[in-house]
Amino acid sequence: MTKAATVAKKPKKAAGVKAKKVAVDQPLQVDEGEATVGQSFTDKAKMTMRNINVFYGDKQAIHDVSIDIAQNEVIAMIGPSGCGKSTFLRTLNRMNDTVEGCRVEGEICMDGENLYSPSLDVVELRARVGMVFQKPNPFPKSIYENVAYGPKIHGLADTRVDLDEIVENSLKKASLWEEVKERLHQPGTGLSGGQQQRLCIARAIAVSPEVILMDEPCSALDPIATAKIEELIEELSQNFTIAIVTHSMQQAARVSNRTAYFHLGKLVEVNPTEKVFTMPEHKLTEAYITGRFG
Amino acid sequence: MSKPMNNVQKIQHSLTKRKRAETRFRWYGRIAILIGLAAVMMLFTDIISKGHGAFRVTYIQLEVEYDQGLIGVTNLTDPAQLQDGNWGAIPKAALRAKFTDVSGRRDKRKLYGLLSNGAGFDLKDRLVANPLLLGEKERIWILADDDIDTYYKSWLDGEPYAARMSDKQMAWIDQLHNEGNIRLQFNSNLFTRGDSREPEQAGIRGAIMGSLFTLILTLLLSFPIGVSAAIYLEEFAPKNRWTDFIEVNINNLAAVPSIIFGLLGLAIFINFFHVPRSVPIVGGLVLTLMTLPTIIITSRAAIKSVPPSIREAALGMGASKYQMVLHHVLPLALPGMLTGAIIGMAQALGETAPLLMIGMVAFIVDIPAGFTDPATVLPVQIFLWADSPERAFIEKTSAAIMVLLSFLIVMNTTAVWLRKRLERRW
Repeated sequence: MTKAATVAKKPKKAAGVKAKKVAVDQPLQVDEGEATVGQSFTDKAKMTMRNINVFYGDKQAIHDVSIDIAQNEVIAMIGPSGCGKSTFLRTLNRMNDTVEGCRVEGEICMDGENLYSPSLDVVELRARVGMVFQKPNPFPKSIYENVAYGPKIHGLADTRVDLDEIVENSLKKASLWEEVKERLHQPGTGLSGGQQQRLCIARAIAVSPEVILMDEPCSALDPIATAKIEELIEELSQNFTIAIVTHSMQQAARVSNRTAYFHLGKLVEVNPTEKVFTMPEHKLTEAYITGRFG
Repeated sequence: MSKPMNNVQKIQHSLTKRKRAETRFRWYGRIAILIGLAAVMMLFTDIISKGHGAFRVTYIQLEVEYDQGLIGVTNLTDPAQLQDGNWGAIPKAALRAKFTDVSGRRDKRKLYGLLSNGAGFDLKDRLVANPLLLGEKERIWILADDDIDTYYKSWLDGEPYAARMSDKQMAWIDQLHNEGNIRLQFNSNLFTRGDSREPEQAGIRGAIMGSLFTLILTLLLSFPIGVSAAIYLEEFAPKNRWTDFIEVNINNLAAVPSIIFGLLGLAIFINFFHVPRSVPIVGGLVLTLMTLPTIIITSRAAIKSVPPSIREAALGMGASKYQMVLHHVLPLALPGMLTGAIIGMAQALGETAPLLMIGMVAFIVDIPAGFTDPATVLPVQIFLWADSPERAFIEKTSAAIMVLLSFLIVMNTTAVWLRKRLERRW
């Protein structure tokens, strides 16, 4: 709800800015019907999104967004607060279903299968598209139980030994194994913030998803923990397709192959990360990455 | 003011005012707490000072003879003989043997009045348990009458209450006291017997068992129903006018006077479904209706307090809504739900009014052994005793209140302990 409110307020504020500074600055608004610039589409798409509109009640949070996410790429989504990047990310595993009054229009496909078709079970979808949240949210259970939870509910492990192996592998992939192997049965909530977030990543990859969504995974962490997570993202990108929302442009620059810039619910520009940060095509992207607003 | 103050002076000036306001505020709080504590202290001192006497009761030591001819019983295994036996004759004979100079109908009646009316039956029970005693003599402590009990206790305290005593009776007690043949003993009858017309024989066992059966049924019904309703309303029900309507009505139910639930129980369970009256089943059903809103409201609050991030984590892992609730929300909400249930049970334990409507106010001597035996409950027993004319019931009433209060204190302490124990941090 708050998100919708910010989205609703933003245009007015921006319009005010426009009225005052029109002579000095470029207008900070995307023109109606203006198309996304850059390379939105790819040949080896894992997920394809076409003409996505998202509404919270009467308020529109996402306007006509079309983009592909390629196999095994890391795509970063950046933009000022309330630009709809998190909302957009959450449409990819239908987490928006849980929000009262949220409505999604358009077509989202993974491997050609429509995610919003009635025949698709959201439980199966979320096993295939994992998610890591902004605030580390381990279950108030043991470290082992946290990682084993997904495989257990989806019936991925036949025996206790299989399960132990999945837990160990997942923790290793999340580079947490060495730190916690001695205390697997202590509560996950007793770990430090960075460790908790890596535990959440281990939990997400334990069910071997095809895509991992990360919603500002480092915003609650200190720089050292952040560096570890970023390193981890790079490793994970060999096996997984990752979509990450971030507030930090440096982070986007460090971890992603492609970067998408969102502004007031519209997708302004998608380009290879290097290009976005060196030669942005759109004037709004340039304004944002040079720190003129945001 | 002669010269204008600078900012620091202004702050210092306002600081003393603020500090004074804070001190005042603290004292308001302290006084409020003191008033509360004083009220509780008064309640407890009053009840304990009135009721402590009931935990001891007067016994008189006499030499009794289990004379076959006197009782008219030769075979202790024959129920018909036991039924017809003249058991009251044993204590009477013992009294006559002790006070040989008493003659005349009146005086003898006064003399027999020293002992409880039920003394003969107590001796019968003793004899049946020890058949070898038949035909033998023994010195034994026998329960005294309630008037004697009241007089003897007050006499020991130095303020004899002699309104229902004759001079001769007082003289006999003097004599017994000087010989060491009258004394106060722990009143085990209070905890082992059911209600009785004779205060010295009346106990709260029946009421405690009645309360127990009623509460077990209430808990078994209201906890699952209440928790299921709360989970459905919080997690699954769509938020629309219907659920708003249901929510308002649950809150309304919580505020309905309990006697109305009693009338409802009378009309529905007894008159329509023909559940027998006075039994724990119908009491439990009525108290379930009454406790449900409390449990639903506290359970919903407990569910609401589970952080949304945990739900998101579970859903994000691909848990179905049912799995999210069962694996994550319920374990985290359970301490709060249990606390609510215990508080609801404590309320139900103390409830009197609705049970009056469904016949649990009857005078019941037998101790109920199940859910279908006629029973009464502790608070109703207190109500019944408080209504009785015998002076000895005053202290009994207070004693029963003490027992009820200690149950309530135990339950509420358990609720606090459970909450502390099970509470998990995240």
